[in-house]
Amino acid sequence: MRIRKRDDGSAAPAATLALLLVILVVVTVYYFVAHLYPAPPPITSVGAAVDHQYDLTLYVTGTVFVLSQLGLAFAVFRFRDHGQQANFTRGNNTLELLWTSATIILFLGLGFLGRKAWADTRFTEPAANAIHVEVTANQFVFNFRYPGPDGKFGKLDPKQISPSTGNPVGIDPNDPAGKDDIVVPTLTVPVNRQVELLIRSQDVIHNFFVRELRLQQDAVPGMVIPIHFMPEQVGQYEIVCTQLCGLGHSRMHSYLNVVSDSDYENFLKQQAAGQ
Amino acid sequence: MSSHAQSAHAAPTGFISKYIFSTDHKVIGLQYFLLALSAVVVGIVLSVLMRFHLVWPNAHLPFVSGGQMTQEQYLALVTMHGTIMVFFVLTTAPQGGFGNYFLPIQIGAPDMAFPRLNMLSFWVTFLAFVAIIAAFVVPGGAPISGWTAYTPLSGIGEVTGPGEGWGQTMWIISISLFCLASLLGALNFIATLIDMRAPGMTLLRMPLTCWGWFVTAILGLLAFGILLAGGILLLLDRSAGTSFFLPYGLVINDQLQNHSGGSPLLWQHLFWFFGHPEVYIAILPGMGVASHVLSTFARKPVYGYRAMAMAICGIGFLGFMVWGHHMFVSGMSPYSGFAFSVLTMSIGVPSAIKTFNWLGTLWGGKIQFKSPMLFALGFVSLFVSGGLSGLFLAQPAVDNLLHATYYVVAHFHLVMGVAAIFGIFAATYFWFPKMFGRMMNEPLGKAHFWLTFVGTYCIFMPMHFVGIAGGIRRYADASAVAYLAKLQPLHLFMTIAAFITAAAQLIFIFNFFWSLKFGAKASKNPWNATTLEWTTDSPPPLDNFGGDFPSVYRGPYEFSVPGAKEDFVPQHLAPAQVARAK
Repeated sequence: MRIRKRDDGSAAPAATLALLLVILVVVTVYYFVAHLYPAPPPITSVGAAVDHQYDLTLYVTGTVFVLSQLGLAFAVFRFRDHGQQANFTRGNNTLELLWTSATIILFLGLGFLGRKAWADTRFTEPAANAIHVEVTANQFVFNFRYPGPDGKFGKLDPKQISPSTGNPVGIDPNDPAGKDDIVVPTLTVPVNRQVELLIRSQDVIHNFFVRELRLQQDAVPGMVIPIHFMPEQVGQYEIVCTQLCGLGHSRMHSYLNVVSDSDYENFLKQQAAGQ
Repeated sequence: MSSHAQSAHAAPTGFISKYIFSTDHKVIGLQYFLLALSAVVVGIVLSVLMRFHLVWPNAHLPFVSGGQMTQEQYLALVTMHGTIMVFFVLTTAPQGGFGNYFLPIQIGAPDMAFPRLNMLSFWVTFLAFVAIIAAFVVPGGAPISGWTAYTPLSGIGEVTGPGEGWGQTMWIISISLFCLASLLGALNFIATLIDMRAPGMTLLRMPLTCWGWFVTAILGLLAFGILLAGGILLLLDRSAGTSFFLPYGLVINDQLQNHSGGSPLLWQHLFWFFGHPEVYIAILPGMGVASHVLSTFARKPVYGYRAMAMAICGIGFLGFMVWGHHMFVSGMSPYSGFAFSVLTMSIGVPSAIKTFNWLGTLWGGKIQFKSPMLFALGFVSLFVSGGLSGLFLAQPAVDNLLHATYYVVAHFHLVMGVAAIFGIFAATYFWFPKMFGRMMNEPLGKAHFWLTFVGTYCIFMPMHFVGIAGGIRRYADASAVAYLAKLQPLHLFMTIAAFITAAAQLIFIFNFFWSLKFGAKASKNPWNATTLEWTTDSPPPLDNFGGDFPSVYRGPYEFSVPGAKEDFVPQHLAPAQVARAK
């Protein structure tokens, strides 16, 4: 039986869908390549490594995206019903093997390449001269505690928590190490020194996120979670909470001030005098 | 054949036994479908309100008490939208709805293995839906802890926030009921598929839809039990003074809480051990439908059928080992983070196999652009777009930047939200003639497709850029963070796109109900398809085949077979009955 009818009304939808897919590819690629809404430049070398891994992933996924969507566009237009006979095939094992191995190598390879940037924020020990700052989150503020001149954090006791009397993190008044601890609502650190943050929460789960550090860490009650970084650029950066923590979630906000060594010394002196 | 006929039950006569407390899998399937349809209307209204609030947070809204939407009302919308969509739409429609209706017919069975259990599953799901809707009206309103309900926010009570009292309790009750119903449903699906296949219907002759429903049921059986246990423990923490998820030292409103020894991370592990397989519970039936529809309208066998079936199993298997990728920055050991990362990247492999085989199915075909086919093609495009962004989030280093941003929202909406919904639409347009004996209107179906396809991309593609720039999800208010202001133009664009896309769904609803009454009469097999549901009447009789139960002689996708007269060879035709080409 020969099918005479040339077109079963499939040219218009085929062309439209193919065109839409091409537009999708062009617009998406343009937006990704033109960086119209970029993340701010990283201020740590680890942040740069994260960006590098991001770029690498973008090249791989971008290529697969363009080829698949254009392949789909080509197929829907080229193989629209215009009276032809469909090509009977059940598949091809060589092709299956080929694209399975290719994706294994590509995707797993990508995963292994990214391990170092991850390790640098979590596995490696901080340097011996790192500054230690304890970050305490609660609904809906951050508090940052410095150990003070003695270099030791005082013990904490949740029974002592009392923001109204000036003890928002609950430093035990009976521990001499806590007498000189400095507690402030913003995080100030010197440039080019490693900083280790010890992240805690008093109530629900919060998160510490600074875009420029390329670093996020949940603050979980009952846990003290260390992360470290070394900022390489003086400036002020926004700290936000990214873990839904209650009705004031979007207002939970602070600043990371990266300052010169001398400004940092001044900051510590001022704060110590104020305690 | 006779054993089948004996197991078919007598036709019920009264309205209640026929349409309300029915044990017929087809009626139950439709009940699930209508439940999901009601739920999706609620879910879409909530999302439109959210999109509105993100752009005009100070607008006067006559239906909100106080005139302006508050932060907690916005978070309640976030929570309820996610919960209703994931559980009552994406789980209910593809599996409970279409799976219930078509799995028995496609394998040649007269009903599910346990018809009464099936009825019970539906009615418990219905109760769960009533409970979640009730959360809107209980004192304190709906919960604000997100669909993930992380403790301690969800674990203590109203001290942690409005909606965390009664609202959160209703949420836990609803989800626990849902889990119970889904467990029973999963058992039923597995028993039916294993025991009740027609003679000749070997596993590798099953339509890929059945593979999708089968693996989904196995995932459901293993996953819902975990969330059920988690839900009960959470309820005990809230009401019986236990501390499964609550550690010592919680101070809320200057009050030290009387809890100790629990772990907030334990809840996350339990939740995501369910929650990640849940993603595949939502999408695997859609993958099955996409394969089925692509093959039917490309008039070609599914390319690499075995690879496709194995890929479904592979995704299901790997799906249980990747839950930790939701927890890279949770405080979980960084070693586990790396392991979960590699396992997650490997899920890309069966996903890629599926994509390439879908393209292979189209290649060299004779593609007919009916509404179900357009939605299946849309499914492929959306699945590719949404799947690839997952490769960024699967890497903990990159997750340091993208976690909890709109990038994640864009990713999962494309891949498991919209793609799964496209699977549901494809299934609806495809099987409507079988379920109701009438065709849906084709021009309206196409209009619905074009608007929805363009609309969803306009909502969710720009959302990636909001995320890359650090736009944080679940923020009721962008004013506290300076850098978020720059992203508002993108939010405005997405909101307008969301309004248009939501409005376009009215075309579907109109088409659906209009076609029920006025659609053209459907024949037994309007799409010239090959599987068993097309051998019986539209709609099928009570025992599905009118006593004439089929035997199966070949695979499910025998299209354009050389030497055959027609371009499709149905599964049930004996070789001698197949007309040869002259």
